[in-house]
Amino acid sequence: MELRKDYFADVRKDGLNEIGQPRPRLDSPGHVTGQTAYFADRNFPGMLHLKMVRSPHHHARIRSVDTSEAEKHPGVVRVLTAKDVPHNVYTILILIQIGPEDETVLADGKVRWKGEAVVAVLAETERAAQEAAAKVKVDYEVLPAVFDMEEALKPGAPIVNEYHGRNYYLYDSGDCRKVRFGDVEAGFAEADHILEQTYQSSPIEHAPTETTGCIVAPEGNDRFACYTNTQAMFFTLDNASIILQMPGSKLHFVGGTVGGGFGGKVDVIVEPIAILAAKLTGRPVSFIYSREEEMQISSPRAAEKVVIKDGVMKDGRIVARKVTGYTDAGAYSRHSPYGAQKGAAHYPGPYTIPNVWIDTYCVYTNRTPSSAMRGFGVTIGDFALEVQMDKLARLIAMDPLEFRFINAYRDGDMKAHRQLTEGAALIECMQEASRAANWPVADKYMAMSSYRKGA
Amino acid sequence: MAIRRGRGVAAINYPTGMNLGGDPTQALVHSTPTGNFMVTLSSVDLGQGMKQIMAQICAETIGVPTDRVIVDTADTDTGPHCMGTFASRGTHRAGNAVIQAAREARQVMLEVAAEELEVNASDLETDGQGNILVKGAPQKSISIFDVALSAHFKRGRSISGRGMFLIPRSYPEKETGAMKPSTCYAHACTVAEVEVDDETGEVTVLSVKNVFEIGRALNPKMVEQQLVGGSWMGISHALYETTEPYYPNRDHGGTDFNQYLMPGPGDLAETEIIVLERPSADGPFGAKGPGEMCANPQIPAVANAVFDAVGVRIDTLPITPERILRALKALAAG
Repeated sequence: MELRKDYFADVRKDGLNEIGQPRPRLDSPGHVTGQTAYFADRNFPGMLHLKMVRSPHHHARIRSVDTSEAEKHPGVVRVLTAKDVPHNVYTILILIQIGPEDETVLADGKVRWKGEAVVAVLAETERAAQEAAAKVKVDYEVLPAVFDMEEALKPGAPIVNEYHGRNYYLYDSGDCRKVRFGDVEAGFAEADHILEQTYQSSPIEHAPTETTGCIVAPEGNDRFACYTNTQAMFFTLDNASIILQMPGSKLHFVGGTVGGGFGGKVDVIVEPIAILAAKLTGRPVSFIYSREEEMQISSPRAAEKVVIKDGVMKDGRIVARKVTGYTDAGAYSRHSPYGAQKGAAHYPGPYTIPNVWIDTYCVYTNRTPSSAMRGFGVTIGDFALEVQMDKLARLIAMDPLEFRFINAYRDGDMKAHRQLTEGAALIECMQEASRAANWPVADKYMAMSSYRKGA
Repeated sequence: MAIRRGRGVAAINYPTGMNLGGDPTQALVHSTPTGNFMVTLSSVDLGQGMKQIMAQICAETIGVPTDRVIVDTADTDTGPHCMGTFASRGTHRAGNAVIQAAREARQVMLEVAAEELEVNASDLETDGQGNILVKGAPQKSISIFDVALSAHFKRGRSISGRGMFLIPRSYPEKETGAMKPSTCYAHACTVAEVEVDDETGEVTVLSVKNVFEIGRALNPKMVEQQLVGGSWMGISHALYETTEPYYPNRDHGGTDFNQYLMPGPGDLAETEIIVLERPSADGPFGAKGPGEMCANPQIPAVANAVFDAVGVRIDTLPITPERILRALKALAAG
């Protein structure tokens, strides 16, 4: 790695004692020698193991649940169903007043994705819990499912999630989060060329080294310690408090050292049910995803579809940009309405465009609920935008790197979501890339600066 | 049939933190009786090295070496509130909270030292090695060890401080989408060079040259590990990863690392990392959040390089050999 200190040296104070120093990480010897303690390194006497009975169907009505054989299985201590969960229907973002509550801790009357949790089995050993889970009988009436966002948005499509009543999230701004800036149609009318393209992605997995999980131990004073690898301690504590209808003072969360998250550990999935299990049995409970569960059950990055229509002038200026973004939330909201909204502010890209029109939709399908992942709401947008930029440059026979200099945002430019640009540095990144990759651009671009226009 | 070479570029920005939920973070700092400092947080270290960075931020602010600082993360009985480690907010939000807490603790520390040295607190400075000196008269000094002993056993003072970082929640305007989702942005530009075998559709990333502007590299070695790892993740996302290759078809979901493809050591591109620092006005020592941004520009840069090499656009991720071969076939068919 090379630190290029010559850029922005006038606005930076160097020469500090600790900041800017390449100090070795104090925790790395523990990590590389296996001595660091992770949540799963704890073991409590009498600890029970929790295994989930999961839906084999993408969409089905539950006619009945019979746990009697599972309860008789040797080693089984307790079996939990929806009726055991005090506030079974929840949504994580209710903490910031984003509703409706649309997801069940344990399925109640219906399942909406393959892998959804239906019944929790607690046993003395993992094996006993696994064997007993296989003995739970659930009678399903399979319902028509919808996996494709376009299909889901068509009139008459199966309703995925009754708590929404429609297959998309309803924002206060309507069916989508909107950004409107300038007059996009006037921009297209003025443009020398118009290019409309569609970009798509499929879900991807976070693939953390450490799988999702927690161990809950009663502390003997009516409080419960939850050792967890969540990325968000109070997010999880506060949601657990709502789901369990327990005062937060009864909950003690311990975490802090996590073997990779990448956004996959901000959902609140394992902790509430494990705390409930510990409360109802009075014993420590371990609920840890197998690698298969991590890959099949935990939220992936959402599949997205992005439609971009640009109006560009022969001289390289983009004069209009219209973007429609679709985020496949799967069956439940989790963090997706927030991610789709984040995309709305981002879609013009790091470019100054006078006329912008953006709609972002959060769509429900009978797929594994998606949620946060590194670059949440933005990664697929960047792929789409920057491939589009390459196509636009070639359309007007311009060098793709020079084309970006013409449109790059600089300090003082107004962005489409109506914030003045400050602290821009795209120009300088591109200048340095030009040098490093030996991809020369005209002198006038190498003379530009993010500080101000015309410089 | 041939192996063809191509090059592509992409430029991006990335918001540090999000204000759409008004996510706050708090920090507490206190000294032990022997002049070490404890930072207490509820933020989570995901392996990115948050504890180390918070220790360096606290140490710089108080004026002690980093190894005099211990960071206790994520115990809700002791740590003050944090919404969590996500949205590229860890270093930026918690770092600001730690600076505020450490400044308050430093002020108490200097007041105690001033009483011991019989001078004004405003006349004191730290040497970064664990001592407090009188400005202009460095021979008149006291160790932080002795200051802490005095505070705890003689003067009944708590060398401690409270910090918090909160940007008020931004509510998007319904019709225009006017909003303030973030206060600072990190930037990047990547040039990828690839080889595409037009017989097999296989893409080899020969090199990625990544330029990242991250506000401030608080610990350059840790910045490097984050940026190299992120660059690998971007390449992996572009060419390999998918839980469902025929999305929205639900078949072929992976169940383990034998079935979920990611590039191995032999597939690593030659990776060049260049870092620029334009400090953000509201960042701790100017730092922005590079952790998510660094995995994004490789994806379109590789896609554009594939086009440059063989003349086909793959607008659906991941860019698999199958998709390239189908596109080449369509191109040949005219």
